[in-house]
Amino acid sequence: MAVFRDTVPRTLQGKLYEINWALVLLLCLLGAAGIGMLYSVADGAWDPWATRHATRFAVGLVMMLIVALMPPRFWMAMSYPAYLGALALLLGVEFFGLTIQGSQRWLELGPIRVQPSEVMKIAVVMALARFYHDLPREKVSGPTGVLVPLALIGMPAVLILHQPDLGTALLVVATGTVLVFLSGLNWKIIGAAVVAAAVAIPLALRYGLQDYQRERIFTFLNPESDPMGAGYQILQSKIALGSGGLTGKGFLQGTQSHLNYLPEKQTDFIFTMLGEEFGFVGGIAILALYLIVLANAVAIATSCKSTFLKMTVMGVATTFALYVIINTGMVMGMLPVVGVPLPLVSYGGTVMLTVLFGFGLILGAHVHRNADLPKGAGLFG
Amino acid sequence: MKFTRRTLLLSAGGVAVFGALAARLYTLQILQSERYRLMSDDNQFNFLLVPPSRGRILDRFGEPLAENRDSYRVLIVPEQAGDLEATLDRLGELVPISDRERERILTAASRSPGFRPVTALEDLDWGAFSAVNLRAPDLAGVIPNVAEIRHYPSGPAFSHVIGYVQPPTEEDAGDSALLRHPGFRIGRSGVEAAREGTLRGQAGSLKVEVNAFGRVIRELPEQSVPQTPGEDLRLTLDAGAQSFAYERLTGESAAAVAMDVETGDLLALVSTPGFDPNLFVTGISHTAFQALQNNELRPLFNKALQGTYPPASTFKAITGLAALEAGLINERETVTCTGKIRVGDREFHCWRRQGHGRVNMREAVKTSCDVYFYEVAQRLGIERIHDMALRFGLGPAPDIGLAGVRDGIVPNEQWKRARYGQGWSLGETLITGIGQGFLLTSPLHLAVMTARLASGRAVTPRLYRDENAPLAPMIGLDPANLELIHDGLRAVVHEPGGTSYYSLGGLGVDGVEMAGKTGSAQVFRITEAERAAGVRSQDDLPWRLRDHGMFVCYAPADRPRYAVATVVEHGGGGSRAAARPARDILRYLIENDPSRAGPFAARATGTREG
Repeated sequence: MAVFRDTVPRTLQGKLYEINWALVLLLCLLGAAGIGMLYSVADGAWDPWATRHATRFAVGLVMMLIVALMPPRFWMAMSYPAYLGALALLLGVEFFGLTIQGSQRWLELGPIRVQPSEVMKIAVVMALARFYHDLPREKVSGPTGVLVPLALIGMPAVLILHQPDLGTALLVVATGTVLVFLSGLNWKIIGAAVVAAAVAIPLALRYGLQDYQRERIFTFLNPESDPMGAGYQILQSKIALGSGGLTGKGFLQGTQSHLNYLPEKQTDFIFTMLGEEFGFVGGIAILALYLIVLANAVAIATSCKSTFLKMTVMGVATTFALYVIINTGMVMGMLPVVGVPLPLVSYGGTVMLTVLFGFGLILGAHVHRNADLPKGAGLFG
Repeated sequence: MKFTRRTLLLSAGGVAVFGALAARLYTLQILQSERYRLMSDDNQFNFLLVPPSRGRILDRFGEPLAENRDSYRVLIVPEQAGDLEATLDRLGELVPISDRERERILTAASRSPGFRPVTALEDLDWGAFSAVNLRAPDLAGVIPNVAEIRHYPSGPAFSHVIGYVQPPTEEDAGDSALLRHPGFRIGRSGVEAAREGTLRGQAGSLKVEVNAFGRVIRELPEQSVPQTPGEDLRLTLDAGAQSFAYERLTGESAAAVAMDVETGDLLALVSTPGFDPNLFVTGISHTAFQALQNNELRPLFNKALQGTYPPASTFKAITGLAALEAGLINERETVTCTGKIRVGDREFHCWRRQGHGRVNMREAVKTSCDVYFYEVAQRLGIERIHDMALRFGLGPAPDIGLAGVRDGIVPNEQWKRARYGQGWSLGETLITGIGQGFLLTSPLHLAVMTARLASGRAVTPRLYRDENAPLAPMIGLDPANLELIHDGLRAVVHEPGGTSYYSLGGLGVDGVEMAGKTGSAQVFRITEAERAAGVRSQDDLPWRLRDHGMFVCYAPADRPRYAVATVVEHGGGGSRAAARPARDILRYLIENDPSRAGPFAARATGTREG
């Protein structure tokens, strides 16, 4: 590891030297776990998932390193335009979006199909980081410090919820909330917000959700009451995990997954498949990997000088952690089925790129941890 | 630093959440593992019911009368098919499905609990079946399958006695998994129904690995319980004789029963017209069933066992024997027949209006003289006739192990009082003596009576082959009396003046003589007025009003082996429609006797020379 230096590396070589390669290795392990499981999902074939997952991971890795090497000033400059761009895309989805499986989440821009809500996950983090970076400490609990973040979080959340994509909306809100908390917001205001949420959430459940979303939440509460209906996925997932036991049924030997009792196992339920084939040992190993990655991120955040980098790192790490928690919690029947993938392991291009882009920012923050970033006037002073 | 403090606070929260995830994983995978392992096995494995192979039904020589053949079928699991209409549409592109079929499938599916397959198509030809097979993986819930189905190779000839199998009704099925298995059938009539327990066998189970769509991925025969096939059932029937008899009587509404007079083995049990039992197995159409039900000749009715007719003159041998046994008449004593006899204020006519003159027992049997037997019956009284009739197996239905065999009626004083609350009259004794009146017998009764007359043994009819059955005991009659009756019965066929001399004249097998007796049961009395109006004979009457003709016979006359009884409904007098088929069946039995080439033939010729 790098010797402790108070300077920011300026050469490419120096920057590459400062890259946290241990973290890169951990991410590669997660990606490899994904490739292995996707190979198993296809009954021991590289097609159709494993090869493409590997390719995307490789592409994402390169992108991550490029992001990491770019100066943080660039990202700071980009944060508001990126946020506005993402917001525009979300509005685009609202009017020109592609409907897939009943949800309007996709936008076709020429040959590329993008999911603006994924872009927004990073954009909202960068925008908030930039906002708090520019905001004088004493104004954090003032009207600007409260209302602007509320708007920054609220606008995309409402648009995403309307797609409807409850999982991503909650993710954006939760990540934003964590950043607001880390900004040093007054505990009194936090307390008031908690009370407000306690009132608002039941109302949101009643009026703000699609039928299928409400149903998912209710069957989550008692999945075994409806084994062939909506609780089916959760129950089958628990059976798969439970029957895996301590060491699992063996690679390619998961009966629940290979006989198709397990739904969507290449995406949302890949942790279940891993748990079935590698047992408690495998499941704990993956959770531990994630925890170590997160610990690294937290360490990087605390070592950064500038608020922008601290906030960015914590924002990305929070999104990442929430992915893991919601996904594993969901497949273990602790949370409702909301359709959140397991980062780097689940099949899916957009999420992979979002996550690796985010880790590019984290790695970059580590490289440039000692950079002094000037406070700008900010959008709202 | 506020940021660092709150970061640490948040991290602590994060670690706690991960701890909770790990704890949950521990609970699922370690603490509750056993439970979920069972549920996983439940998912992975299924036990499929393997229906037993139904036992075959064989004739006495081992020829199959009911067997199983492969049927290519297509099952649909409603639960897996989802939209059944759409599935049927797609299936219909491969194999034509009529609207009626479609209706039936939809009804069956609506009754099925969803997971239980219903039979969509049956008896497909190979081309259609392989077309479905090829596409089945794309058709959710569609399972091509090969199953055994009952087949009756000889068709209508055995339709009544063998019966047929059909899918069980809702009540039959109850909650039996086997009976509710698609395509499973149970015996509905005849031997199939009577010996269901023997023929059915026991279901096995096949352990299979199934995927979430219910498709079988793998079979695990080593962990399965094989089915136990039902037992083959050997009957006493002779397929050749049965078919011959059926063909011989085709066109008539008739019954024929052939028996081995020593063992009681039933060699033929025929009722015409028959029906094709195979139609009932696969589901007979409404129109075809209506046609059978409305047929005047009643093809669905088993006349051999369920038709009851007055034995008419075939009964005279019993009356005669009763009198001889009671010592009320002897071989030489004659009765003068003037064509009628007056008892009290009633006149009883002989069938021969000009009378037979002086006749003794032998002549009376040979010419079927009514007046002689009126006289004999008068001397005997009804009770002695009744008792002798019972000794010859008339009255209660013989137990041959089939359902629905009808009782006959052998009247006496007690019977009449119980039935009509009236006393017995002498006139009734007289007409009972010539086999009319209250007397009722089935063709089976007639065959038993004839067999007992022929052998002197109290043989009981048997439908199920039993090589070790004991020989029936002798009835206990004076052999000389029996001999006298035998002689008269032989004369019926072989001597001029015998009632069947002109129509038969013999068995038609060199060196073998037969004995027989005609009978005609009146269905409609030709009144004096009609006689005056010109209705002279049976031929002038509509079919439904003509007499039933019957003929009983046995051969060889000197050492009886086979007895045959035939009844031809509305066939006119016994010598007309019934005698020739009966004789031909008897001849078939003699000609095809397995022992004919050996001691049997020698025995026959030997007797004649000696």
